[in-house]
Amino acid sequence: LERGWNRENELPVYLAGTITTGPNQRKSYGMFSSADGAYDSKTVDCDNFAAGRRGTRTPRSVSRDRLLDHTDDDVPETASEASEVRAVGSQVSSPGEREVVRPGVEIEYPAGRQCHSGQKNGKSERLLIKGGRVVNDDLSQYADVYVEDGLIKQVGDNLEVPDDVRVLEVNGGLVIPGGIDVNTCLMKPHLGCPPVDDFYLGSRAALAGGTTMIIDHVTPQPGDSLLEAFERWQESADRKCCCDYSLHVDLPHWHPGVKDELEVLVQEKGINSFQVYMSYKDSLQMTDSQLYEVFSVLKELGAVVMLHAENGDLIAQEQRKVLSLGITGPEGHPLSHPEELEAEAVFRAITIGNRVNCPVYITKVMSKTAADTITLARRRGSVVFGEPITASLATDGSHYWSKNWAKAAAYVTSPPLSPDPTTPEHLHDLLACGDLQVVGSAHCAYSTSQKAIGKDDFTLIPEGTNGIEERMGFVWDKAVATGKMDENQFVAVTSTNAAKIFNLYPRKGRIAVGSDADIVIWDPDRTKTITSKLQQSALEYNIFEGMVCRGGPVVVVTQGRVVYEEGEGLRVQQGSGRFIPRQAFPDYAYQRITTRSKVKGKQGVSRGMYDGPVYDVLATPKYITPSPSAKTSPTSQQPPPIRNLHQSNFSLSGAQFDDNIPRRSGQRIVAPPGGRSNITNLG
Amino acid sequence: MAERKLLQRDSDDEGSLLSKLGTDSPKPRVKFGGMFCNVEGAYENKTLNFESYNSSPQSVRRHVKIKNEEKCWSDTFSDTGSVSNFSGEGREEGRGESDWGTTDRLIIKGGKIVNDDQSFYADVYVEDGFIKQIGENLLVPGGVKTVDAYGHIVIPGGIDVNTSLQTSQLGMSPSDDFYHGTKAALAGGTTMIIDHVVPEPGASLLGAYDQWKDIADRGSCCDYSLHMDITRWHDGLFEEMESLVKNKGVNSFLIFMAYKDKFQSSDSQMYEMFGIIRDLGAIAQVHAENGDIIDEEQKRLLELGITGPEGHVLCHPEEVETEAVYRAITIAKQANCPLYITKVMSKSAADVIAKARKKGMVVYGEPITASLGTDGSHYWSKNWAKAAAFVMSPPLSPDPSTPDYLNSLLSCGDLQVTASGHSTFSTAQKAVGKDNFTLIPEGTNGIEERLSIVWEKAVATGKMDENEFVAVTSTNAAKLFNLYPRKGRIAVGSDADIVIWNPKETKTISAATHTVEINIFEGMEVRGAPVVVLSQGKIVLEGGKLNVTEGSGRFVPRKAYPDFIYKRIKARSKMADARGVPRGNYDGPVHDVISMTKSVPATPSSRGPQCPGKGPLGPTRNLHQSGFTLSGTQIDDHIPRRSAQRIVAPPGGRSNITSLS
Repeated sequence: LERGWNRENELPVYLAGTITTGPNQRKSYGMFSSADGAYDSKTVDCDNFAAGRRGTRTPRSVSRDRLLDHTDDDVPETASEASEVRAVGSQVSSPGEREVVRPGVEIEYPAGRQCHSGQKNGKSERLLIKGGRVVNDDLSQYADVYVEDGLIKQVGDNLEVPDDVRVLEVNGGLVIPGGIDVNTCLMKPHLGCPPVDDFYLGSRAALAGGTTMIIDHVTPQPGDSLLEAFERWQESADRKCCCDYSLHVDLPHWHPGVKDELEVLVQEKGINSFQVYMSYKDSLQMTDSQLYEVFSVLKELGAVVMLHAENGDLIAQEQRKVLSLGITGPEGHPLSHPEELEAEAVFRAITIGNRVNCPVYITKVMSKTAADTITLARRRGSVVFGEPITASLATDGSHYWSKNWAKAAAYVTSPPLSPDPTTPEHLHDLLACGDLQVVGSAHCAYSTSQKAIGKDDFTLIPEGTNGIEERMGFVWDKAVATGKMDENQFVAVTSTNAAKIFNLYPRKGRIAVGSDADIVIWDPDRTKTITSKLQQSALEYNIFEGMVCRGGPVVVVTQGRVVYEEGEGLRVQQGSGRFIPRQAFPDYAYQRITTRSKVKGKQGVSRGMYDGPVYDVLATPKYITPSPSAKTSPTSQQPPPIRNLHQSNFSLSGAQFDDNIPRRSGQRIVAPPGGRSNITNLG
Repeated sequence: MAERKLLQRDSDDEGSLLSKLGTDSPKPRVKFGGMFCNVEGAYENKTLNFESYNSSPQSVRRHVKIKNEEKCWSDTFSDTGSVSNFSGEGREEGRGESDWGTTDRLIIKGGKIVNDDQSFYADVYVEDGFIKQIGENLLVPGGVKTVDAYGHIVIPGGIDVNTSLQTSQLGMSPSDDFYHGTKAALAGGTTMIIDHVVPEPGASLLGAYDQWKDIADRGSCCDYSLHMDITRWHDGLFEEMESLVKNKGVNSFLIFMAYKDKFQSSDSQMYEMFGIIRDLGAIAQVHAENGDIIDEEQKRLLELGITGPEGHVLCHPEEVETEAVYRAITIAKQANCPLYITKVMSKSAADVIAKARKKGMVVYGEPITASLGTDGSHYWSKNWAKAAAFVMSPPLSPDPSTPDYLNSLLSCGDLQVTASGHSTFSTAQKAVGKDNFTLIPEGTNGIEERLSIVWEKAVATGKMDENEFVAVTSTNAAKLFNLYPRKGRIAVGSDADIVIWNPKETKTISAATHTVEINIFEGMEVRGAPVVVLSQGKIVLEGGKLNVTEGSGRFVPRKAYPDFIYKRIKARSKMADARGVPRGNYDGPVHDVISMTKSVPATPSSRGPQCPGKGPLGPTRNLHQSGFTLSGTQIDDHIPRRSAQRIVAPPGGRSNITSLS
């Protein structure tokens, strides 16, 4: 089955080329106005890139075509070529005097609900978002946004638009780029059973929460082929996913053959991030040597290394200890995964990353100590990114001690939530100041009955919490509404930074001409109580149950279509999500790395040959091989010491029977015949 | 503290105060509670209680009374041997007796006694290798040798807790053996060493211990004790460790996190080992470097064609040390085991220790002479022999501000002990690695220079006071390794290991006076030097002349559970019990697990020494597979299974316990 996004179209050109950044002076024209020329260098000139390309820039691409074969008959043909309504250069608004209207959304339909039909019969939706405050990670401004063909065509005031467009009057509401959730596991099986939220339910929940793109983890089992697993995931997502998606691939094992698969994935399949595990002893865990090799290989390929950072060796020991104490409930999970082990692994991962000179991305930052470790490393100049998740940002691990088993088990995830109730605050502080960069959800939903597999042994409880739908809301509620963070940083951590790190920028993560029309109208004042009854997910238990959350999406636009409106609910189409390939060597992560590789070459010292005396080393270093009979280890896990034929020649040989006679052989030869040569003299 | 120092400074204008010393007129200071006098009864709880060490009942209550019954001192030490032979070996008893007739009696007059807690002027009377009296106007027998200490300070002899005088590398014995090493130690004011026993991987610990002890008994000129290094796991290791702790007087074990495929232990092993060590009441020491990374970097550097000694420091970067220190502390915290980091060589590693201590971990750090006195810039020396002389692991940091920084941490108590890491190899021996830096035997000198360098770098510069100097060179080590107050203190009943230190003497360190050909401190000028050194009550250094006897050093056994460390550990063990939550049984629906588990290869024992060479090349079937496994994907994965919905309402209704509230 020959697949691949670049089968006929190669890379989308805008990804291939870097954005030309001209030297632009920021001149301020008023408090809220954008700087002169601010967009010129940042937006994608899609006509320029898409010139002569067939189909690449259409909202429905290969995956949709494929979909046609299977299910939906009324899915429209791929639409048009480049738009006829060409952005005439963005007009800069000068809205200092514009009065702030109470946000509220009115949707005008040009000719009696044509939009719906338009959507159905295949014409791409033309949409004008009027009167909103466009918030990007670098500035906010009042501007209208015109969307056509799934792309943002114009941003500015007084736009020239065709007559029959649908108009969203947002009255000063926030217009932000759709969220990007970079950590979901919608297909990760546990003991053979998949999570209850698959790509369909999961991406529905994402859209309902204002997230318009997900990056899911492909989790092959040890021994599986990475490529096959990737295809399986892609196929499933193509059929089900309602929003754009991309994939990370997890490395369950390491041997030289994997390297070839990685090359294919990076160079032909559009994967630029791979996760490795420092935990899960005896299944996924890798040794430091393996990590070093993996890092080296991935650096060559220009990929981002993601790490599940926990010390698996110690966790295995602690689990054994906790079980032997008779603790079998979910509280055993945090007891056997103390946060020091997370921090230790983060520290080690960063150290290896520094040695290899490779960007490191820590998934699921759950504790203060781990976050602090990342902060310190960044301060020392390491290229490291940290991703707290919804759960660690909104709740804490005290619930593991709940008397209700089902509730306690619902919180089980790895690394676990920290029982320290000040953790969420601290993580939000670090997010706000930029020490942590990305918010994920690690959404991996297992039903209570699936969790109950581990009812007598907490180590068998499937790990995963929900959060894909609540992600944006809680960041707003806990950080922006409390004044820790401004709306621009909110956009950065929920969308833009992720797009930059994983090389989706500026196609995603920005409201600019040429970007994908993944847009969310955000209402800062909306209040919502989280409950499993109103959620999209199929989970019976929501770990945020009963929490009140300020801020939420009013309208969600993905691929240029309105898929969610408050009050009307979701209108999604199964399988409409496209796979978004990502190129290697993302600038955001690799610019520094590349420069460092150049300047940090190691050089030896050129000396003359040492020509002094050399001590004779016994030709065969004595290596005492103990008799195999007696040697089984105290831990019963150790193979007996055996003679190792690959042994390095660095060896301390055994004690000699004449050791008691002081050997002063050095003195014997320090004055060799012919006198000492120059080079060994101390000068 | 500050007050005391002020008072001392007053006393430093020596004239009037010192002139009265030794005269017959009673001085106000003699009174208890006087300015420089120790508090009444101060020694009673600090001096050795020999009965507790000694199983033989005949010496009951004798020594305790010394202070009060000074006049009957002469018959109190009839069984000197009993002090040195509590390991119960006949040979030592014999020597104890033979020493009987020759013991020096001497009095040290006019010096300022400096302990780790206070300084005061007093005379010290030594007999039979013990300190018998401290104070003024001591009643001593006639004909006693008088040692003049006017203008000098009298400090407890240094304790060097990290030497390798017998550890051979690549079959080469170090050029300083026990005799030469301890001679150098005494010359520098160190009167006790603790040497590392490094058994061959897989060999018996007890065998190696006996071998080391045998050699040291014959060669050592000063008292010594032994650390045991764990080089490989083997059957009966635990029993051997237990026997070492309970019968052989060893209370410290070193574990390697470096030397991949050789000595290195995995995290699991360290965790288990720490648990065992804690249960035995011993101290875990680690050689902290990430051997996996070093191994990879060594390969890479050799590929790049870097073969000189600078390759050593390039492949042992400082953060690799830091990472291992951090990991060791994490593991020790989990196992609730006291941890001692040997050879703290870099600023960042020292910082990690300092931070961990601030979080309450029981962890101690030991910078060594080399890291306190010099830096790693010499690895780039054009002179191969010189560059190679600095090769040791972890290497000296190329950052020239490192020594200052470590001295500062030492002064404020974040680091506790100074050692030397003394392990010397001649240039010819180092030259084994002339074409490959990984073969250069590792080790630097420092046993002799240790005290002087700490004085020069810390005390003379004003970072540290003389009391702290005593603490980091002697007292802290004695406390950590349970030698206190026998060693590490000038007090009645303590061993007469005394150094008379001249803070003003200046000398230049040079290889000319040493057994090694290249001294890494060559040309360094240091203030502070020992004038007189007493070991076991005998003068071994006076007037620049060493007078040592080969084999006169005694093995000093150390008991388990040093108070200084274990008080906190014990309290934490009691508190730290994890408890489960009492719940009713979960009686809700349980998802069916398809009993199809795939074979999963065991994690190739990370960092373990037992899988030398390459890791496994591909997935292999593992017969010892653990029960925890993620099974494979199923063919019907694409059909959304909503099994939860199928069974959330079991027949009979949902029970209370699973309802969500």
